[in-house]
Amino acid sequence: MQIIEFLIFFPFVIAAILYLLGNSERVYPVRKFIVKGAAFLIMAAVIYLAVRVLRGQMVRTYLEKADTANDFVMAGELFLMCLVTFYSFRFRKILAALLSWIGTIPILWLELSGRAAEGTDHFKFDNLTVLMCLVVGIVGGFITIYAIGYIKDYHLRHPKFPERSNWFLAMLFVFLGAMFGLLFSDNLGWIYFFWEITSVCSFLLIGYNREKESIENSFKALWMNLLGGDAFMAGILYASLALHVGTLSDLQQVDNRAVPGVMIVVSLLAFAALTKSAQLPFNGWLLGAMVAPTPTSALLHSATMVKAGVYLLIRLAPLMQGTLTGVMVTLIGGFTFFAASLMAIATSDGKRVLAHSTVSNLGLIVACAGVGRPESVWAGTMLILFHAVSKSLMFMTVGAVENASGSRNIEDMHGLIVKLPRLAVVMIIGICGMYLAPFGMLVAKWAALKSYIDSGAVWLVLFLVFGTASTSFYWGKWLGKIFAVIHKSQALKDTTHNGEWQALYPLAAMVIAMCFGFPLISNYIVQPVLNQMFHTEVEPVIGGSDIAVMLLMLILVATLPVAGGIISRNRRGITDQNTRSYMSGINAGDDRHFLNAYGDAQPLYMANWYMIDLIGELKIMKPCLAIAAGILVIMLTIIIGGAI
Amino acid sequence: MLQSVLLGFIFFLLAPVCGAIISGADRFLGARMQRRQGPTIVQPFYDLYKFFQKKAYIVNGLQDFLVIGHLMFVMLSGWIIYAGQDILLAVFSLTLAEMFLCLAAFSASAPYSNMSAQRELLQMTCTEPMLLLMAIGFYLHAGSFLVSDMVLGKMPAIVSCPGMFAGFLIILVIELRKSPFDVSSSHHAHQEMVKGITTDISGKLMGWVELAEWNEIFLMFTFVGLFFVCSNPWSILWAILAGAGAMFLMTLIDNTFPRVKWERMLTIVWSSTFIFAGGNLLVLMLLKG
Repeated sequence: MQIIEFLIFFPFVIAAILYLLGNSERVYPVRKFIVKGAAFLIMAAVIYLAVRVLRGQMVRTYLEKADTANDFVMAGELFLMCLVTFYSFRFRKILAALLSWIGTIPILWLELSGRAAEGTDHFKFDNLTVLMCLVVGIVGGFITIYAIGYIKDYHLRHPKFPERSNWFLAMLFVFLGAMFGLLFSDNLGWIYFFWEITSVCSFLLIGYNREKESIENSFKALWMNLLGGDAFMAGILYASLALHVGTLSDLQQVDNRAVPGVMIVVSLLAFAALTKSAQLPFNGWLLGAMVAPTPTSALLHSATMVKAGVYLLIRLAPLMQGTLTGVMVTLIGGFTFFAASLMAIATSDGKRVLAHSTVSNLGLIVACAGVGRPESVWAGTMLILFHAVSKSLMFMTVGAVENASGSRNIEDMHGLIVKLPRLAVVMIIGICGMYLAPFGMLVAKWAALKSYIDSGAVWLVLFLVFGTASTSFYWGKWLGKIFAVIHKSQALKDTTHNGEWQALYPLAAMVIAMCFGFPLISNYIVQPVLNQMFHTEVEPVIGGSDIAVMLLMLILVATLPVAGGIISRNRRGITDQNTRSYMSGINAGDDRHFLNAYGDAQPLYMANWYMIDLIGELKIMKPCLAIAAGILVIMLTIIIGGAI
Repeated sequence: MLQSVLLGFIFFLLAPVCGAIISGADRFLGARMQRRQGPTIVQPFYDLYKFFQKKAYIVNGLQDFLVIGHLMFVMLSGWIIYAGQDILLAVFSLTLAEMFLCLAAFSASAPYSNMSAQRELLQMTCTEPMLLLMAIGFYLHAGSFLVSDMVLGKMPAIVSCPGMFAGFLIILVIELRKSPFDVSSSHHAHQEMVKGITTDISGKLMGWVELAEWNEIFLMFTFVGLFFVCSNPWSILWAILAGAGAMFLMTLIDNTFPRVKWERMLTIVWSSTFIFAGGNLLVLMLLKG
C-alpha cells in the first residue's frame, strides 16, 4: 500500500528540502509554493485514503517482514538518544539524558538479543487510524500553511531572535510524518520510535527562539515526555518478555481476566499516554510550550502531539473498561478537566487560557477512554475531532491577533469586533465551537455525560458538571471582551497574511460544517470505529428527535447573526434611536471616558474578572499536582502490585 | 412528532401569562410581607405594555439581535420541555440564552453592564451544575432524558430525588433573581449595580427582556413541577401546589435575607449542590448498580 509509505516518508522528504533551501528573501516564494503544495498533497492523500477505507470499512495489515526497516528504526532510536544526550549536556540538563538512556538502551537490547516478540504485521490501519489521519492531515496541513506567513511576521516583530525559519518549517513536517508513522504502526516498538520522535521534535520546536525561558520550558517538555516514553518502554519490555506480545492489535486480543499481567502493560502505556496528553500532574509542559511560535502551539495542542496520547488511550479503551486501570485513567482525566478549567478562569494570557483549556478538554477525552464503553468512546472520538478543529482555529486566530495588535492578552481584546472585525468573527466561531450549545464540543460532552452516568461513575459525573460550569465561565468572559463595542475606535490594520487566511477560513468553515454535519460524521466515520473496536453493531449514540432539536437550535443560531446584520445595516450610523451607554457618569461619547463632577473627561478601563485570589494558578496548581500525582502513584502501585 | 411539536407550543401560550402572574403575585406578596399595599397582581402586564410604547434607545448595533436571541432561546428551552424532548437540551438551550443576555450587556462596554455581565456569568457557573444534576436525577429516576418519558413514570421524581429538589430550590433563588443571590441584577432598586445586566437596555428592548424573564420564570416553575408529575393525572395538581409553595418560599427568602457577596454565593451554592445533589446522585447510583 503505497499511500501509507507516502504519508510517512513524504513529510520527511519535504522537511529535508525545506531545511536545505535555507533562509533568504530569494527562497521565500519557492518555499511558500513547496509548503502549500505539500500540505494540499497530504490533505488529498488522507482524504483519498479515508474514502477508500470508509467505503470498504475493513481492517488491513501490511508489511510482515521488515528487517531492514527494523534496523532503520533502531538506528533512528540511537540517533534520537544521541541528540538528546548532546543537548542535555550542552545545556546541563542531565535528567533528560538519563531518561533517554533508560528509555532507549533496553529497547535496543531487546531487539538485538532477539527477544523481541514478533508480531505479524508492522502496519495496520482501520477506521480509527483513518479518522486520526484526517485530523492530523487536514488540521496539520492548514497549520503548516498558516505557519509560512506567521513565521515571517514573527521574526519581523522579534528581530533579536535568530532567523531559523527553514528549520522551523522543516520541523513541522517532521512532526507530521512522525504522527502518521505512529498512527499506522501496529508494532509496539515502532509506535515507540515515532512516539519518541514527536517528543524530541516538540522539545526542539518549543526551544525555537533560544531564549532562557524557552530552553527551560523545552527541557521540561522533554523530560516529562521522556518519562512517559520510559513507561512505554517498560510496557514493551513486559509485553515482549512476559506475554510474548509485540503488537498493539495482539495486545487488544488478550483477555485481561485470563492474563492479569496484561493490565500492567496497559497501565504503563496509559501512563505514557497521560504524559503525552499533558494530564495533571504533567500539564506543566503544555503550559510551558506557550513560549513557542503559535504554529507550534497549534500543532502540539490541537492536532498532533497531545492527540497521540488520547489516540493510544482510545485504542486501549476496551481493555480498560471496568478495570482499576480504567478507574485510574478516569480519575486523572476527570480531575484534570475540572482543575484545569478552574485555572483557566484565573488566566488572562490568551494562549495560556487555550493551553489550560486544551489540558481540560483532553482530560474529558481521557476520561471517556478510561470508561471504555461504546458511548464513551463515541464521545471521546467526537471530542478529538471537534477539539482539533476548534482549538487549532483558536490558536491561529490568537496568533494573528497578536501579530496585528501586538498583544495576546484577553484584556487587550476588548472591542476586537470593532478593531479587527474579520479576526473577531473567526474567533467567535472558534469559541462557540469550544463550548456553546448547538456546536460540536457540547454534543460530544453531552454524550460523555450520558455514558458516565451509565457507567455508574459518580465522581466523574460530578467532575463533569462542575467542570462544564467553570468552562462556560472562562469562555463566556472572553467572548464578552470581543463583543464589547467601543464607538469612535479606529479599526487596526489587519496584518494577517493571505496564507494565514487560507488556513483560518477553511477551518472556521469546518467548525460550522461539522456542527451541521455531526450526524453524518457520527454515522459514517465514528460509528464504524466503534463497530470494529467492540466487534458488534453498536447502536447510534445520539439519534432521532435529539438530532432534530439540535439542528433546530443550530439553524436558529445561524440565522440570528444574519438577521442582526440586516437590521444593523438598515440603521447605519447614528440615528435618533441611538444613544451612548451609561458610564456611571455621562459618557464622553467614545465609550472610554466619562465626565466627572468638574465636567472633565475621565478615562475608564474595564477589566475582566479573574478571581486570582480564589483559584489562581499560584494558589491551586501545587495542590492539584500533588493530588494527581498521589492518585497516579497509589493506583499504579495497586495495579502493578495486584497483577504480580 | 407533530403532536409533540404542537404540545411544545402550549409553552408559548402559557409562559407569558403564567410568568407575568407569578411575577405579579411575587410583588403583591412581597409588598404584603413588608406591610405595604403593593401593586395588583396584573401590574406586570401594564409594565410590559408601557415598555412597548417606548422608543428603544440602543447603544450599538449588536444589542437588539442579542436580546432577541436571548428571548428566542429561552422560549426554545421551554418548547423542548413541553414537547417532551430531551431535558439536557433544554438546559443547554437555557445556557445559550443566558449567554446571549450577557453578550448584550458586554457589548455596551459600560461599567455597570460589564460588571453585571460577569456576575451573571458567575451566576450561570453557580447554577449550571445543579441544573445538569437535576436532569441526571430525572434520568436515573425515569431511565430516560426525554421529558415525555419522565411525566409518565409510576412515581413522581421527588420520591427518588429529594436532594436534587433541595439543591434546585437553592439555585431557584438565583434563577429568579432573588435576594440573597441577586448579584447580577435585582428586582429591588437599591442594588449597587443599579439594574445590573439590563442597565444599558431600554424601551422596547427592555420589554423583550422582560418577556424573556417571564418565560424563564415559568420554565423554572415547570422544573419544580416536573419533580411532582407522574402518570396519575392528579399529580398535576400536586405540581401546581408545589410550584405555589416554592413561589411563596422564594418571596419569603427574598424579603428575609440580605444580598451576599459573590464568594459566599459561589461557596454556598456549589457546596449545597455537591452535598444535596451529589449525595442524592451517589445513593441513586448505588441503588441502581
